[in-house]
Amino acid sequence: MRVDYLKLEHRVILDWIEPHSSVLDLGCGDGNLLSILIQEKQVHAQGIEIDEQAIHKCVAKGLSVFQQDIDTGLSEYGGMLFDYVILSQSLQQVKNPDFVLKEALRVSKKVIVSFPNFAHYFPRFQIFFGGKVPVTRALPYEWYDTPNLHFLSISDFIEYCKKRNIKIEDSVFIRKNRRVKIFPNLFAEIGVFLISNR
Amino acid sequence: MADGGKSVGIVETKFFTFAEPPNELILDSGERLGPVTLAYETYGELNDEKSNAILVLHALSGDAHAAGFHNGDKKPGWWDVIIGPGKALDTEKYFVICSNVLGGCKGSTGPSSINPKTNEPYGLEFPTITIKDIVNAQRRLIDHLGIEKLLTVVGGSMGGMQVLQWMFSYPNRIRSAIPIATTMKHAPQQIAFNEVGRQAIMTDHNWKNGNYYGKLPPAEGLAVARMIGHITYMSDISMTKKFGRRLKDNRQPFKFSANFEVEEYLRYRGNNFVKRFDANSYLYITKAIDYFDLLNGNNVHDVFKGLEAKVLVIAFKSDWLYPAYQSQEIVKACKSAGVDATYCEINSTYGHDAFLLEIEEETHLIKHFLRTVFNGLEVSVENES
Repeated sequence: MRVDYLKLEHRVILDWIEPHSSVLDLGCGDGNLLSILIQEKQVHAQGIEIDEQAIHKCVAKGLSVFQQDIDTGLSEYGGMLFDYVILSQSLQQVKNPDFVLKEALRVSKKVIVSFPNFAHYFPRFQIFFGGKVPVTRALPYEWYDTPNLHFLSISDFIEYCKKRNIKIEDSVFIRKNRRVKIFPNLFAEIGVFLISNR
Repeated sequence: MADGGKSVGIVETKFFTFAEPPNELILDSGERLGPVTLAYETYGELNDEKSNAILVLHALSGDAHAAGFHNGDKKPGWWDVIIGPGKALDTEKYFVICSNVLGGCKGSTGPSSINPKTNEPYGLEFPTITIKDIVNAQRRLIDHLGIEKLLTVVGGSMGGMQVLQWMFSYPNRIRSAIPIATTMKHAPQQIAFNEVGRQAIMTDHNWKNGNYYGKLPPAEGLAVARMIGHITYMSDISMTKKFGRRLKDNRQPFKFSANFEVEEYLRYRGNNFVKRFDANSYLYITKAIDYFDLLNGNNVHDVFKGLEAKVLVIAFKSDWLYPAYQSQEIVKACKSAGVDATYCEINSTYGHDAFLLEIEEETHLIKHFLRTVFNGLEVSVENES
């Protein structure tokens, strides 16, 4: 498999997904991840994305996508319709992450979530010493134009899963496209989780 | 031309007659109609496998002449921007068919056709028809052309209703479907506008219960009906852009003359329509539209169950006649049936007319969608490093 050109987050997701499974990518953007999954794992792919220009790019790639809000986009689906729902860097952008995760776990056997870790040491320093909202590689937006509505850390997400009785099947922490093994909440820029209902 | 495509050139309307008595077409109402003639045009070549055929379905006032030019005409067919060499429906790759609907007045059997029983025009003797009847007649044409499976069925507005009816009635005869700016059922507001149009026709003293053939037609009523239609096809923004409050000229206007540009435009459109459309057809077809309800008691979850065709649903943001929420209902039905579907809401200010005007976006979506259906999925992954 030639996947060395992919970023680590996508390689991790690719590793977790079984061949020929069905995948729903929430906030699929221009559809590159779905294309990778189709090419490498022959998945049955569906995307949901709100941006019209991104939809045009997805259609050009031959993908099936719905131009819809993630927050309301799952209600029509029956239970356990998909093998995987993916929220790649999109959970922090929805209005109601708690509801979206609950819905995702209803329509899918497994859910993959990745998000920028707000407790990474660099944003911590920026707030502590600079006294300003952090702007980093993983959090590249200014406060006034960020699509991120929620700021969470790796520890926050682990605690949330415990509270909601969600099973964390696997997790990978990333900094500068490399795996972080120690103190991920401090050293990782991105957390990637594979979760399911208990 | 805007998209760089060429024209299919000079085209001719053809005719297919079927349902000769005693084998008449059995209508939704239970009534029998025959013989039935459908006027149709084709563009491009049917391939040996007969796998490249596209059926284009027209809206209320459309006809079989979707592309190219009739000999001597200056104006091309109604969807010429979409159909032709290199265009969204590329006639160098695909075989495109468009037929005038049953009940129409441009060559297909309708109320202005001769009733073989009386040798007079049908008038109101013509039976009530539905979108389902229109599609059933089209299926006979597709049978006649020897096409087992259409590559796609595509149309906007009432054409979109026919697309949905194809998906429901003949799911095994289509590989994909493209309903544009349409609805699974006509809503009260939509019925209301149609009813005002019908009333305009029926209260015209020339209408005479539909028996006006050979005499003066209810031209004023039909013109008013068309004017109402045109208002609903545009949007507040598109009308402001197109007309503003501009006056036709600076002369002191006659009381109630059409001194605003928008008034003149509507009168012009109304009067023009009368020259090419039959008032009774307008009544019959708008009624077919109003009766359209694909759900008709069916559960929204079941309506497309088992459909294997790929679907592309397109809506337009400023369309208030067929608002995007109605297209989202179609999407909902596709989702709950597990249909492989795509939905795009094109940002447009043109209102309902957008499906005839937003050529660039529509072309992009339809072209790529059809390529995937025709050739199968060929993914290309962008380098991320």
